[in-house]
Amino acid sequence: MSRIIRILAVLLVLCCSGSATETRAENKIKVVASFSILEDLVKNVGGNRVEVTSLVGPNGDVHVYQPTPADAKAVSAANLVVVNGLGMEGWMERLVQTSGYKGPIVVATKGIKPREMSKEEEEAHEYVAKHKHEIDPHAWQDLGNGIIYVNNIARGLSTVDPAGAAIYQANATAYNAKLTDLDRWVKKEFAAIPARKRRMITSHDALGYFGAAYGIEILSLLGFSTESEAAAGDIARLIKQIRQEKITAVFIENITDPRLMEQVAKESGVTLGGELYSDSLSKAGEPAPTYIDMFKNNVSKIVAAMRQGL
Amino acid sequence: MNQLFDFFLSPFQEFIFMRHALVACLALALGCGPVGVLLVLRRMSLVGDALSHAVLPGAALGFLISGLSLYAMTLGGLVAGLAVALLAGAVTRLTVLREDASFAALYLISLASGVLLVSLRGSNIDLIHVLFGTILAVDDAALILVAVITTVTLLILAVIYRPLIVECVDPGFLRSVGGGGAAMHFIFLVLVVLNLVAGFRALGTLMAVGLMMVPAVSAGFWARQVWSTALAAVIIAMLAGYSGLLLSFHANLPSGPSIILTAGLCYFFSVIFGRHGSIYERHRKGEHLEG
Repeated sequence: MSRIIRILAVLLVLCCSGSATETRAENKIKVVASFSILEDLVKNVGGNRVEVTSLVGPNGDVHVYQPTPADAKAVSAANLVVVNGLGMEGWMERLVQTSGYKGPIVVATKGIKPREMSKEEEEAHEYVAKHKHEIDPHAWQDLGNGIIYVNNIARGLSTVDPAGAAIYQANATAYNAKLTDLDRWVKKEFAAIPARKRRMITSHDALGYFGAAYGIEILSLLGFSTESEAAAGDIARLIKQIRQEKITAVFIENITDPRLMEQVAKESGVTLGGELYSDSLSKAGEPAPTYIDMFKNNVSKIVAAMRQGL
Repeated sequence: MNQLFDFFLSPFQEFIFMRHALVACLALALGCGPVGVLLVLRRMSLVGDALSHAVLPGAALGFLISGLSLYAMTLGGLVAGLAVALLAGAVTRLTVLREDASFAALYLISLASGVLLVSLRGSNIDLIHVLFGTILAVDDAALILVAVITTVTLLILAVIYRPLIVECVDPGFLRSVGGGGAAMHFIFLVLVVLNLVAGFRALGTLMAVGLMMVPAVSAGFWARQVWSTALAAVIIAMLAGYSGLLLSFHANLPSGPSIILTAGLCYFFSVIFGRHGSIYERHRKGEHLEG
């Protein structure tokens, strides 16, 4: 039995590598990114020299994604693979191995200081304390880190396509200038809000870097990953806290089940501030089809919610 | 006194979501208890589990077609569950295959087609998370659904109680007096599917089977008659629901597993100390005989 499986596996790999040689005939550099935010960054750096696909599509959840054979095929046909790292895509390593991909892998968070829950924060949100020593992978939620992402991607693209190195560098510089402007705007928006109102609640703990970068205290229903299940005690404490501290910024994210958050909001008497995009971009035509749009959407919704009751 | 009140009642007094969860548990217990006991009586204890898997793909299809809509998912689950139950019943009556075997084959087929459907659309939000409701997010619509299903279940059970039990014990007799054995059996399977769908909105499918089977199995150690066993099952399920929620509230544990594990404690207690056929009881009788 296991021999049959082994033979099938070898055949599968052969099929994949066969198609790889076909597709390399085209001129564009093929890049596979693990999720939609990286895809957008690669598009901006690579311009029309690269063709990028994302394994987890818009509004998809990268934490619990299960790769398909088509993904293995895409990876094996790629010239460059871009991942987030910091434990975000647990399934990526196996996928790269089984696909037989031998090329370089860009870890976009390389050089970023990973964030863990600090001591005070742990005490402040004792109900997320069980996740305390996990590393938070959602580094792109700080625009300063976004710039590092862009630089890592530009370097990776230059390695596989030295002829385009100058173009990638120029694109990266231009795009980073946009990110710096955006960063300035975000800081200005939040600076106008009194510190005691800079608190918000989200359904899973994806905005840690965002909170740290822009001075916002964030409480969340679930841990870093979307996989855990909520306990009654946690929810009760969250509702009490919203009532007592009069928090007005309560949000759901595009990748999580909204039902629980709706109940929490209803019970604590606040209106949900709308949908935030944390781990995934939206489809074109929805509020957050690009990394920059995602920030604009999130920040304006958060600011609007915090201004309530001022 | 005040502390007792704080511990046992104030969570439900203070929070709407706890009240909703409690009412959902109590209603589910009322419907699932008797259905579970009858499943045990018919030696179909594992069919509940099979049917819960069969329900999943229908619900997934409902979700894929119309998003997170209660009615589409419930209807989808109902249709898929009924299709499997009906087909399994038909295959059993038309061929030599026994019911458990045809259930095994059909629920796996149903499950596989569900997984296929989900992947066709591309893996988006983790569907299992969406499908597995949490008892802490029971809204008014889900509550009404559970209540309606429980009411319908109890009414129908009251009407078909006698022929159904005769059919369990002696199918030949029912046939000889002209009762519709197949019809009874099918109506009963419909009730099983209905209750699973209700539980699946409130607790998630796996947990729903737990609330149906664990109290029913434990109740067998405490009563001899079908009606009294069903009553015991309802009481155990209600107790498990209430204390599981308290446990989840005070000890900060996920609610679904807390409820089922509390029922599991009742089960182990019953196995050891139950009034009929438990370890303690048998041991005592054994000594008696020797003496």
